[in-house]
Amino acid sequence: MEPRGVRIFLRIFAFLVMAFLYAPLAVIVMASFNASQIPTWPIKHYSTHWWHLALHDTRAHTALINSVKVGLGATAVALLLGTAAAFALSRFRFFGQNSLSLLLVLPIALPGIVTGLSLLSAIKYFSVTPSLLTIVAGHATFCIVVVYNNVVARLRRSSGSLDEASMDLGADGWQTFRHVTLPNLATALVAGGLLAFALSFDEIVVTNFTAGAQETLPLWIYNQFRLPNTAQEVNAVAVIVIVLTAIPVYLAQRLMRDTGGITAR
Amino acid sequence: MATESVPAPVAARRRLSAFLYRRRWLKLILLMIPPFGWMVVVYLASLAVLLATAFWQQDVLSGKIIHTFTWDNLQYIRHDPTVHKVTRDTVQMAVFVTLTDIVLAFPLAYYMARIASRRTRALLLVGVLMPLWSSYLIKAYTWRLMTGDDGTINWALGKVGLGPLHIAFTLTAMWLAFSYIWLPYMVLPIYAALERIPNSLIEASGDLGGRAWRTLRSVIMPLALPGIAAGSIFTFSLTLGDYIMVDLVGGNKTDFLGSIIFRYQGVANDLPLAAAVAIIPVVVITVYLLLVKRLGAFEAL
Repeated sequence: MEPRGVRIFLRIFAFLVMAFLYAPLAVIVMASFNASQIPTWPIKHYSTHWWHLALHDTRAHTALINSVKVGLGATAVALLLGTAAAFALSRFRFFGQNSLSLLLVLPIALPGIVTGLSLLSAIKYFSVTPSLLTIVAGHATFCIVVVYNNVVARLRRSSGSLDEASMDLGADGWQTFRHVTLPNLATALVAGGLLAFALSFDEIVVTNFTAGAQETLPLWIYNQFRLPNTAQEVNAVAVIVIVLTAIPVYLAQRLMRDTGGITAR
Repeated sequence: MATESVPAPVAARRRLSAFLYRRRWLKLILLMIPPFGWMVVVYLASLAVLLATAFWQQDVLSGKIIHTFTWDNLQYIRHDPTVHKVTRDTVQMAVFVTLTDIVLAFPLAYYMARIASRRTRALLLVGVLMPLWSSYLIKAYTWRLMTGDDGTINWALGKVGLGPLHIAFTLTAMWLAFSYIWLPYMVLPIYAALERIPNSLIEASGDLGGRAWRTLRSVIMPLALPGIAAGSIFTFSLTLGDYIMVDLVGGNKTDFLGSIIFRYQGVANDLPLAAAVAIIPVVVITVYLLLVKRLGAFEAL
């Protein structure tokens, strides 16, 4: 085993890296209570002014609702397509399988700006009007792999023999799917769906290219940075967003604890 | 006969399911069409249009895209010194950020996988996942606040009698921010790789006379390499194509590939030129993917 000195060094190092990961999040929470018009540190006066402003901002509300709509749409598409892809690639063996799984990862392996600009070129070329639907299409494209990863991780652990047993006992394909396959996948689907939603809810790099007149919450935040007087309001919204995305991620992590399906998105 | 007692729709369903069960290839095709049809129609078709757009041109007067073939955009990229410099800066930053994240992530992942107790490990795992999923935009913005002249970093340095540093809107600020923001992407695959190494392997190395250092170099490192390579795909690719962080933390003094692509498209409204510049990161990342594929990165993703 590792010498004692190494273990102590690693423990301290791990602690420092974790502190590095969390310090900025702590800063943003504190900054949201800064009474000052401009960002200053250390904070001299605390106030809930920005929180009040953020909670009563109608544009932010509309943006939030748009984000939820887009997130639900993208998650629904990703769940259907990601699950189908997972079954196709893990329950069958055929030529070209690896290239197909690579195709699913491509939207997140290639830089986001390439995906965004591609979609924009296509939108212009086919004269599509950008709307919430084009945002959904873009998000679904890179959310598929999230659902896919979770479902594949689950399918890898459960063999097809359960399904065969069900069929042997007289159940037809639909009954087997409904009463055996689906319950076995349920938590993986919920976890994948939650993560897909969290990913969509937070996305800006691609959204920036595919959005029309409607703002999603990240777009609202990004536009808000340009308005000097209310830029501070963003800090409060930021904390809300962090909490809102932390909940589904935490739940997904609990659901997939053993399969480790969310290590890579 | 048993079938007589079964209602018609159920009987039809059973016939269908038996039909599909006997023809597995048909089932496979039905499963493949929706997801891969989507990926081809929405994604690959868009990439193809992007590639084509790089060889079209913008009509200066009407702002419309003329669909006639031209090498002009690629010629421009070949000869424009700004594009060359920006490409160098961006790739350099991507490499630095990747190396920094390896240095920070490996010891942490090692601690999580091999030293920490079960409870601590679970805690650290959630602890690394949370910042990964919390808003990218907001983390970027936080770094803008922290790296400012009156920001948290200078305040903290002042407390220990150092500084102040003028890192606001510099490459240093961006290096810090990038390394921070992509760090969890590096920790998780390294952790996954290290966790899979059986203890017996490390004991065997010790039994054969390998000291700690030798075991690390000859046993642990080769097995961790696919994880490191997988993590580096994210840190490298995400840095290469970023423009939001460049805008927020780098201000308007620093240009990266992502930011000039965004500007050519948004401000100059020259989509063909933007598309042509976008080919650069695609080429770079393709070369990078081919390199790390040899290290087993795809199996560790």
